[in-house]
Amino acid sequence: MDDPLIIAGREFGSRLIMGTGGAANLSVLERALVESGTELTTVAMRRLDSSGGGVLDLLRSLGISVLPNTAGCRGAAEAVLTARLAREALDTDWVKLEVVADEQTLLPDPIELLDAAERLVDDGFTVLPYTNDDPVLARRLEDVGCAAVMPLGSPIGTGLGIRNPHNIELIVARASVPVILDAGIGTASDAALAMELGCSAVLLATAVTRAQDPVRMAAAMRAAVEAGRLAKSAGRIPQRFWAHASSPAPDA
Amino acid sequence: MKARVNGEDRELADGSTVASVLDLLGAPASGVAVALDGEVVPRAAWHSTPVPDGAAVEVLTAVQGG
Repeated sequence: MDDPLIIAGREFGSRLIMGTGGAANLSVLERALVESGTELTTVAMRRLDSSGGGVLDLLRSLGISVLPNTAGCRGAAEAVLTARLAREALDTDWVKLEVVADEQTLLPDPIELLDAAERLVDDGFTVLPYTNDDPVLARRLEDVGCAAVMPLGSPIGTGLGIRNPHNIELIVARASVPVILDAGIGTASDAALAMELGCSAVLLATAVTRAQDPVRMAAAMRAAVEAGRLAKSAGRIPQRFWAHASSPAPDA
Repeated sequence: MKARVNGEDRELADGSTVASVLDLLGAPASGVAVALDGEVVPRAAWHSTPVPDGAAVEVLTAVQGG
């Protein structure tokens, strides 16, 4: 595998992690997932009689690894229980840890998040926390043993892109685990920017599932993540204030 | 006896276990997990774990999300 994404020793050929929320139906979701090239995709845990089932069979048939999340959990205790239920139901000790503070912003509650992360790491989980774009919190999450840190670009589902690129760069500069840009991606340029800022991967759902043409947008995101990764490793030119001719000086 | 199953009050037969509640719900054989009064009941213990009167049972599965 050329340039794989490595999380907790596991290799992935794709640096695009997908979510499954918001898709109009399973058929569109299937085509979008295939087009995205993703190898790791999130699901939520809900009561058995809830709508949105069938996704597990779909992911299995596509050979995509399942990453359960703790979406909807408001405190550490609830998130830990949900993660344990997901481990039991899905036979995976990987979890996208999400502990949000309120419904209006869906921003992570940093205190509950760190507490839950520590408890789940101690319980043997591979923890991928959805976190604020806060370099200090990212460090603390890594210190308690998280396998990656997943800062938001902007609040979930807003499509506002990366509102504080410098913070993402600060997180990347000091992290020794993969940094995965999670939430806020609206279009392909946002995903490319995340990779150019040095992120190891991008996690997105709404930007694809609620696009007018989800399958086409999935293709765009795949290309954007690859382009951003290539550009980052290629080393961009420095930005300059004045023009700098690319053709030779005019003949005298 | 009664128990609250996924937020709904249900009349259960005396001696009900976690496994019999799952049967009642028509739960699939895989992809589900059970919490009894806030604690995970491992799959291997479903048959041997009684559901006490007044217990809260949550049966979860994976759905589209994230």
